[in-house]
Amino acid sequence: MSIPGSTLGALNALAGGLFLLTAFAMVATRQTRGCLLLFIYQSLLLAASAFLLAGEYGSSHLVGVGVVNLISKPIVVPLILRRTLSSEIYTRREIDQALNIPASLTIALALAVFSYFLAIPILNSVAPEFRSANVPIGLAGLLLGAYTLAVRREAVPMLIGILAMENGAFFAGISLSRELPLIVELAIASDGLILVFVTGVLVRTIQRRIGSTRVGELASLKEDQALRRQGVT
Amino acid sequence: MILLAMLGSALLAAALSAAIPARRAAQAVTVASSLAILALAVLAALRVASGAILTVAAFSLSVDGLSMLIILLIALVGATAAVYSWGYMERTSAHEPGRLRVYYANYNVFVFAMLAIPMVAESTLVWIFVELTTLSSALLVSFENTREALEAAWKYVTLSLMGAGIALLGFLLLFAALQAGGGSSYTWGGLLAAAPRMPPALLKTAFLLIVVGFGTKVGLVPLHTWLPDAHSQAPSPVCALLSGIETTSVLYVILRLLPVLQASPASAVAEWMPVFGLISVGVAAFLLLQVRDYKRLFAFSTVEHMGIILFAAGLGSGAAHYGAMYQVVCHAVTKSFCFFAAGAAVLTVSTREIASVRDLIRTSPAAAASLLLGGLAIAGAPPLAVFLSEFSILRAGLAEGRYVLVGLLAVFIAIAFFGVLLHVNRMVFGVAAEPAAQAADGSAAAAVPPGAAHAAAVAGAPLPLTCLTILILAGALVVALGFYLPASLDELMRMASGILQR
Repeated sequence: MSIPGSTLGALNALAGGLFLLTAFAMVATRQTRGCLLLFIYQSLLLAASAFLLAGEYGSSHLVGVGVVNLISKPIVVPLILRRTLSSEIYTRREIDQALNIPASLTIALALAVFSYFLAIPILNSVAPEFRSANVPIGLAGLLLGAYTLAVRREAVPMLIGILAMENGAFFAGISLSRELPLIVELAIASDGLILVFVTGVLVRTIQRRIGSTRVGELASLKEDQALRRQGVT
Repeated sequence: MILLAMLGSALLAAALSAAIPARRAAQAVTVASSLAILALAVLAALRVASGAILTVAAFSLSVDGLSMLIILLIALVGATAAVYSWGYMERTSAHEPGRLRVYYANYNVFVFAMLAIPMVAESTLVWIFVELTTLSSALLVSFENTREALEAAWKYVTLSLMGAGIALLGFLLLFAALQAGGGSSYTWGGLLAAAPRMPPALLKTAFLLIVVGFGTKVGLVPLHTWLPDAHSQAPSPVCALLSGIETTSVLYVILRLLPVLQASPASAVAEWMPVFGLISVGVAAFLLLQVRDYKRLFAFSTVEHMGIILFAAGLGSGAAHYGAMYQVVCHAVTKSFCFFAAGAAVLTVSTREIASVRDLIRTSPAAAASLLLGGLAIAGAPPLAVFLSEFSILRAGLAEGRYVLVGLLAVFIAIAFFGVLLHVNRMVFGVAAEPAAQAADGSAAAAVPPGAAHAAAVAGAPLPLTCLTILILAGALVVALGFYLPASLDELMRMASGILQR
């Protein structure tokens, strides 16, 4: 009885490691298509971890979480993106991020270490069966998603950064709050889909009006606006 | 039942205004639904004020004094902004009836999501509705489709959703804390009951994640950067909703958690709230001084007021909590009026630049008078309501012996008062700048030449009738609130502060 349990635990740890790897790769990738692919892998790993935890602890709720994640993120999100945005957007490469990639990866590494220390007091205060690698890894996923959002300039990778943050929150959450009602899970998932749709529409409007999706360059709303305009003209 | 009727009315109005292609159908449906919601909210408020707690078990809705106060304010601003929208949007985008339908559909979903936040007792569902307010208002912020509006909407969406992601982890950790504390129902009441047995580290982390996450949406410094952009670029009635009530309804979630925190072993964290609040007030007060856009002026004033409310809620005494609730009411009523006034100014002079609006009292007395009243009221000039609420907060703080914090708060409020009235006074009474000064201020000349603005104002049509009506009604409400507080509203505020107190 204990052997399958520990095997599942080991597999879950593997899923966690790969999850962290996708989060790092997302920081380093320049291509929009690559970013989307990494997000799909990450969501699959999240679903896998939910199934493994469900098997380990016999929780039917987590099976539901896994199924919802399996359907919504890897399948429906790319479909919505494809419908709202032209496929030309995927072929974009980002030439300049706010920071170059080695510096980004160093910061990402620091964030991952930081989230490990952040997770220690949390893990110490819950019952032993809730202690798993999911919490620090999920926290790292959340922080790395936020970091991706902060340094990116292209709209779609920023959107994927937001979704990756949500993945990270869930990756930590599924190990801690296993009895979360399924209706909540469904609502959060559908919320995520509305998120992709609304943001997609917004990006499309930006693309039409401004002719670019490099939203990082939009910086006309500043307090010194008037002064700067004066300098230009 | 009454709660479901309110939510249903908003949803139905959203569906109808998207579906019916007839001209002005969306406007009519939205106004009718918002007025119905307001009437229902007043009825419900009377019942709650007399001691009832409204619940709908099937949808886990539960409304007590604190929720009811917020619902009442949402219904009020929702209704006035809906009527105001009629004339305002007709004037600004009548040539695009299809887009107007989208506007009204989004408007109703937005009101629905805001109403649901205080009604729902299940905490994760609250998170979902907060996210829904962001998503439904994103396209309202970008409605004018200018480069600036799109930029503002993008900043708004990305920062708010980033905050929501952080808050989501907070809510999941809160659920874990609830289970560790032996609680079973993940509602505000269940959390409060389990609070004394929750592991402090877990609760503390969860609370801080939620404060950071939702603080982004409330506009707490340093995560406020999107707020002046979004709250100035959106169409004015939307600004009234965003600034007047959306921020407060998200702050409500943080306020709900304060008693949980105080009942738990991690109560020391609640002590930080006045400091967080004070930072927002201070930064906003100084940023107010240097704005160049009068809608941004009122947006920064929102950051200031959210800081004041958080400050008062964190103080801890009953009097301070009552002051916080009073401030919530005054802010919603006054700030929505300010944006209606700003909208009237936009319609008459068609620029948002403070420097190019001068001598407004001559060109458009209605817009000028309401701007002046709004400026005085929101800055906290006696005897208007915001003065009374701010004064009661300062007094409560002094009674607790927090002399340094209260002293700083008083200084910041005074600076903000000066900032708001400086700009408003210049716009209303200021003499048009001399040519030499205009040349130095190239921006004004580049954007809209002041002469042209004046010409447009002189030639411009008078304000739409609905806008004028709302300006008079809301203005009367702002003035009346300073002199008369209905007994049942006072009772509601007392109940709300009692809930914070527990």
